[in-house]
Amino acid sequence: MIAIIDYGAGNLFSVKNALDHLEFESIITSNPLEIHAADKLILPGVGAFPDAMRLLKETTLDELICEEAKTKPLLGICLGMQMLFERSFEFTETKGLGLIPGEVRAIEAPGLKIPNIGWSELFLENECPLSEGINEGDMVYYVHSYQAVTDKKYISLYSEYGGLVPGLVFRDNVFGTQFHPEKSGKVGLHMLKNFGEMK
Amino acid sequence: MSAKRIIPCLDVKNGRVVKGINFVGIREVGDPVECAIEYDRQGADEIVFLDITATHEGRGTMVDVVRKTAQNVFVPLTVGGGIRSVEDFRELLLAGADKVSVNSAAVQRPELLSEAATRFGNQCVVLAIDAKMIAPGQYHVFVNGGRIDTGLDAVEWAKKAERLGAGEILLTSMDADGTRNGFDLAMLDAICDSVGIPVIASGGCGTVGHFVKLFEETKADAALAASIFHYGDLTVNQVKETLWRRKIPVRMLEIKEAEYGIV
Repeated sequence: MIAIIDYGAGNLFSVKNALDHLEFESIITSNPLEIHAADKLILPGVGAFPDAMRLLKETTLDELICEEAKTKPLLGICLGMQMLFERSFEFTETKGLGLIPGEVRAIEAPGLKIPNIGWSELFLENECPLSEGINEGDMVYYVHSYQAVTDKKYISLYSEYGGLVPGLVFRDNVFGTQFHPEKSGKVGLHMLKNFGEMK
Repeated sequence: MSAKRIIPCLDVKNGRVVKGINFVGIREVGDPVECAIEYDRQGADEIVFLDITATHEGRGTMVDVVRKTAQNVFVPLTVGGGIRSVEDFRELLLAGADKVSVNSAAVQRPELLSEAATRFGNQCVVLAIDAKMIAPGQYHVFVNGGRIDTGLDAVEWAKKAERLGAGEILLTSMDADGTRNGFDLAMLDAICDSVGIPVIASGGCGTVGHFVKLFEETKADAALAASIFHYGDLTVNQVKETLWRRKIPVRMLEIKEAEYGIV
């Protein structure tokens, strides 16, 4: 069972639709017991970093997620991925979950459009369980104005937009995608399948 | 650098696709969900539903179409037609749309753009502009299917919309629409040069060469087309193959060799 964590932000149904399509059992929930009982967690998110972190703290889901991530696979998507890092500078400096070293900063891409909305190519930095079967040049769908800045050892796949944009990050059993795998066609579904099949 | 997007548009009335469809292998001709699945299979980078239903009951049907499509299609989905309020936005986004496009309601009440952007983020607010040339280099915004000249200058309207929170502009040239003589490159230049948000070109494409010309000669980020794909003249993937060979960045399907026999 995969728990899609509902903390009051973002479109959770797209992720659920993709998991249903792949025939993985999932549940959209904010209930700590259900989150604890699940064998994998997905932290989605659309919106602004400070609001989302505030919502996680108010519900004490932040502590629960950090505790659960010690023993089971966790996947953060888009803003959910950004929250895995130590801090963000969106609007104001805000502490994140700190599960992966690094921070979140505005995209620096002079002359390019912000937000970055669209399909970009992936390049490989390090193999990880989610990148299995993904080829360099495969494209995924991004919608973001901020990006992670982290050590290369935590980057599995990246894209280029102005500079390097971490696409898929990982540390042990914690994963994050800046792009939306649930909106990235076959390539995205393949990564969700990799996640769903993890032991 | 993002890939140039190819976006098929489906006109839907009372839950049925309006124009004739020539797809092979479709179970139910005229079912928008089936058509969207086929376009996804062909490599569409995004799918647009344009709801041309006039009645209230028809609106509910559209929400249902969006919900069913989102359960089966895993690329971004945009819905437009008859959107009047933030509530309309909410209903469609909850059903699974990723973006909502507004046209005449934003002309009447531009604040709708800022209200929707504040509430849902500007990435999901698309402003559709139907424009016509009224004098050389001068374009006006038209509503009601090109029948009513609002007197608004299209370039000024696009700039204002960007300031208010539109995340993207869908520009249809009423001069080029239906001609199959190619996109309106001059109009596109005028708009692309004035805004910093992505512009989707619509109206006029009749051949694959028109897509090439569009991306080689303008800064348009995407091309939207309806009939050329509906009638099966071209598949999305054929258009992308040609663009790819011309070194225009597009998202190619990994399965292209196996499924289409193209090397």
